[in-house]
Amino acid sequence: MRRESGGRVDRSRTLRFRFDGQDYTGHPGDTLASALLAGGVRQVATSVKLGRPRGIFSAGSEEPNAVVQIEEPFPEPMLPATTVELYDGLVASSLPGQGRLATGPDPARYDAVHAHCDVLVVGAGPAGLAAARAAASTGARVILADEQPEPGGGLLGAWPADVVEGLLGAEWATATAAHLKALPEVRVLARTTVFGYYDDNYLVAVERRTNHLGAAAPAHVARERIWRIRARHVVLATGTHERPIAFAGNDLPGVMLAGSARTYLNRYGVLPGRRAVVFTADDSAYAAAFDLADAGVRVAAILDVRPSPGEALAREVAKRGIVLLAGHVVTAAQGDGQVASVQAGRHRPEADPAVAEHAFDADLLLVSGGWNPVVHLFSQSGGRLRFDETLGTLVPGDSRQAVEVAGAARGVDTLSGCLADGAAAGERALGGQAAAAAPPPVDVPTAGGQAFWLVPASDYAAHFVDMQRDVTVADLHRATGAGLRSVEHIKRYTTAGTAHDQGKTSGLLTTAAVAHALGERMGELGITTFRAPYLPVSFAALAGRDRGPLHDPVRVTALHDWHVANGALFENVGHWKRPWYYQRVLADGRLEDMETAVLRECRAAREGVAMMDASTLGKIDVIGPDAGEFLDRLYTNLMSSLAVGSIRYGVMCRPDGMVFDDGTVIRLAEDHFLLTTTTGNAAAVLDWMEEWLQTEWPSLRVYCTSVTEQWATVALVGPRSREVLAGLAPGLAVSTADFPFMTWREAEVAGIPARVCRISFSGELAFEINVTSWEVSRLWTAIMDSGMVTPYGTETMHVLRAEKGYPIVGQDTDGTVTPQDLGMSWVVSKKKADFIGKRSFSRADTVRAGRKQLVGLLPEDPDFLLPEGTQLVSTDVPATVGTVRGGAPPRTVPTLGHVTSSYRSAALGRTFALALVSGGQSRLGERLYAPVGDALVPVTVTSHVLYDPEGTRRDG
Amino acid sequence: MMLLIPCPWCGPRDEAEFHYGGQAHVAYPENPAALSDEEWARYLFFRDNPKGAFAERWSHSAGCRRWFNALRDTATNEIHAVYRVGEPRPVTS
Ligand SMILES: [Zn+2]
Repeated sequence: MRRESGGRVDRSRTLRFRFDGQDYTGHPGDTLASALLAGGVRQVATSVKLGRPRGIFSAGSEEPNAVVQIEEPFPEPMLPATTVELYDGLVASSLPGQGRLATGPDPARYDAVHAHCDVLVVGAGPAGLAAARAAASTGARVILADEQPEPGGGLLGAWPADVVEGLLGAEWATATAAHLKALPEVRVLARTTVFGYYDDNYLVAVERRTNHLGAAAPAHVARERIWRIRARHVVLATGTHERPIAFAGNDLPGVMLAGSARTYLNRYGVLPGRRAVVFTADDSAYAAAFDLADAGVRVAAILDVRPSPGEALAREVAKRGIVLLAGHVVTAAQGDGQVASVQAGRHRPEADPAVAEHAFDADLLLVSGGWNPVVHLFSQSGGRLRFDETLGTLVPGDSRQAVEVAGAARGVDTLSGCLADGAAAGERALGGQAAAAAPPPVDVPTAGGQAFWLVPASDYAAHFVDMQRDVTVADLHRATGAGLRSVEHIKRYTTAGTAHDQGKTSGLLTTAAVAHALGERMGELGITTFRAPYLPVSFAALAGRDRGPLHDPVRVTALHDWHVANGALFENVGHWKRPWYYQRVLADGRLEDMETAVLRECRAAREGVAMMDASTLGKIDVIGPDAGEFLDRLYTNLMSSLAVGSIRYGVMCRPDGMVFDDGTVIRLAEDHFLLTTTTGNAAAVLDWMEEWLQTEWPSLRVYCTSVTEQWATVALVGPRSREVLAGLAPGLAVSTADFPFMTWREAEVAGIPARVCRISFSGELAFEINVTSWEVSRLWTAIMDSGMVTPYGTETMHVLRAEKGYPIVGQDTDGTVTPQDLGMSWVVSKKKADFIGKRSFSRADTVRAGRKQLVGLLPEDPDFLLPEGTQLVSTDVPATVGTVRGGAPPRTVPTLGHVTSSYRSAALGRTFALALVSGGQSRLGERLYAPVGDALVPVTVTSHVLYDPEGTRRDG
Repeated sequence: MMLLIPCPWCGPRDEAEFHYGGQAHVAYPENPAALSDEEWARYLFFRDNPKGAFAERWSHSAGCRRWFNALRDTATNEIHAVYRVGEPRPVTS
């Protein structure tokens, strides 16, 4: 019920919203929760396991119950109604413990800011504001972040009538924040939750910038923004969460934390009920009872578990005609769908079950078990927590990071104390030597309560601990009964504390109930770890702008536009977009399928002339007097003996002897080489070279430079490639005698200065023409203008190389394959004293029989294309071929290897594959089986070189 | 997570700019051919995994691209010292 006046909502404006199909109204300043309470709504959710009705339990981000689905303007699941600011047009519905993700794309934008500051203050309550003001007074760069839309923290709900520096608390907070905002080095972030605290004072926060505007949110403003903050010093003024008490029926709608009820009254001008009972173990709930009573709520009784609450309070109680039962507890809250009556009885400290002796009619049951400092971020910082027996809760100890906790978050429980504590922390944050001074110890709270967590009973099935997970004290007893002792184990066994709220209200209650069950003290049970994020954060916010095309960088070659314009489909290779194959329009107007296109491109390369954009190959320039020696150590074969003008294929291994990369090395001058790497490994190979140069061989005089982007490469392939090149480079002698295989020449091609290499990755006569990236379009067009050349993509390149048995590092190898396994013993030098990997080639594991070796496979059905990755088995039960159900041979049949590459070959007129097979080289001619679906497909093992094994086509 | 790493060449920079290189002071053996299989396997595969101070290699790969060594506490992530390749591990109390 909304009061006529009071609170911080703007009654001059009305906001319309809809909940579970019903229309309601509220005001600016409301949360969805306060507006629902004003509208008389008690049940806002249904529990996930037991289907019990659940209401609004708190007034903040600790809410375990009132989790709703936002339907409009954009669907968002599982938001606590206590944290959703009300806006016009909001449509929400109650949830049975689980939400629904949006099915359409999120139209909002999200972004991120990196910030650095001298002091980050988390929380803009009295302590945080005082800390920020003290720190800012010296001109320090300060960020003050607070999760609420307006500053003030406890001043907004708990201390509304208190005066600070001559102003009412909330006005003081507004004025102080305005003063801070006006300072040039201070940033005040409202609606901003710091949710993660990492090493070296790196904190991450989410700012909700337009969520509260609903459909009126401007499209150009980021909906949420992630702040990544590196702070020299951090002050955590994160306040407290009120503690619940476990008793029968403590989850009914109408049961509410006492301080939260006070907030609904004082901040939102809402009465959360008409007739209340208060159940408390500390003084603060009396303030709530008095505020509510003074506002017209009938407070039927205060049940205080303590034997004697004190004279002053008793007088105030009496003045209002409230029944005070000291030494009493609630034995049960009862009602159909919400609280209707409260049973109470005497508390028996011997832990005997309490018996109901009184009953009160009530629609509101306020509960306070005391207060827990919000230590989540402090714990995340690596700070140690200490269990304080007096407060009955965890308090911050020391931290290795430059962080300090101020105010209620370290147990200070008066307004003046919080203001002084915050100011002192802010001052200490600045000075070098002053910073070393430890904060003064907190006095034991004067109005301290008694740590009281659970009402003893004979049946604990309705004593709820974690309301979001439907975990009761009885569930905890099942865990301890099963022998579990560790709170961490019990948490996992029962799921207590694992819901969206991460146990903000249930965590310590769980520990207390376990301690009660085991007859131990809470402090002895250990502390569960607090982990980021403090609050659920949407993936959209974390992704920020890094989604869609910006999710990962895209690299394209200088010829990309031509490829797009000429029907190329693209394959991702690392970050590169490479033409996969070019799709032609057929005579009947349809587009070629991939199989047809690739067979056509392969035929052109083998029978005529074709070309490929090979610019993505990694290229590293290596220069220096020791360059030859350096490459000798890196490659398995000898590079220093390479003649200027010549080219050599080489393989690099890791020290363990496994193939790391391969490519060609061309010698430009005595002290100057250019090497190529595989497309995906270009950066890794440069890193590898620099690592060895810097960490092991700093005396070698060598410089390595990536020139991948500077050079563009066109591979001109096929028996007629010489003819095309001769036409474009009249000054270049192209005959085999003048320009032999594995040499390079400088020449003008199509009038462009070029370095032409006779390298072949297909077995055909081929030239790789390298020009600057600026001019490659002109070269490519000139070659196309010859009218003879078919462009081809990576798929054709793969087929052509596989026909020749050339492995692709990373496809036919996987980091467990030596050059010898690939049938390339010839590339491993016997002459060199050492090179990276050499010693490993005589290890027991690399010389053993049965290593997986690269072989070819021919399916017995020449039209059957083996899926890459298919396992290979040898089986003595050929009778079962094609009849084994489920595709699996008997379990005792060992896997011998797997298919690494598989294609249709135009040249072979059939399908074929490459595979790594145990002892493969000794199995040539053997029949193996490939389980594919329900069938065992017979295949014959062959040499991995299937096309032109004699190499007759190399010179055209 | 998200350490502030003091590169000896560039000063304190975010962890995202660096590349981790494992245990430091594991030198490539002088003469691998002279080692037994077991000794070679120790070089290849065996690394310390202490709780506490650990000398490890980092490369400022998105910065100056220099390799250097750091003495980091693996339990707290505190970096006690950074030093250049070839320098001895600093003595810390
Ligand atoms: Zn650096």
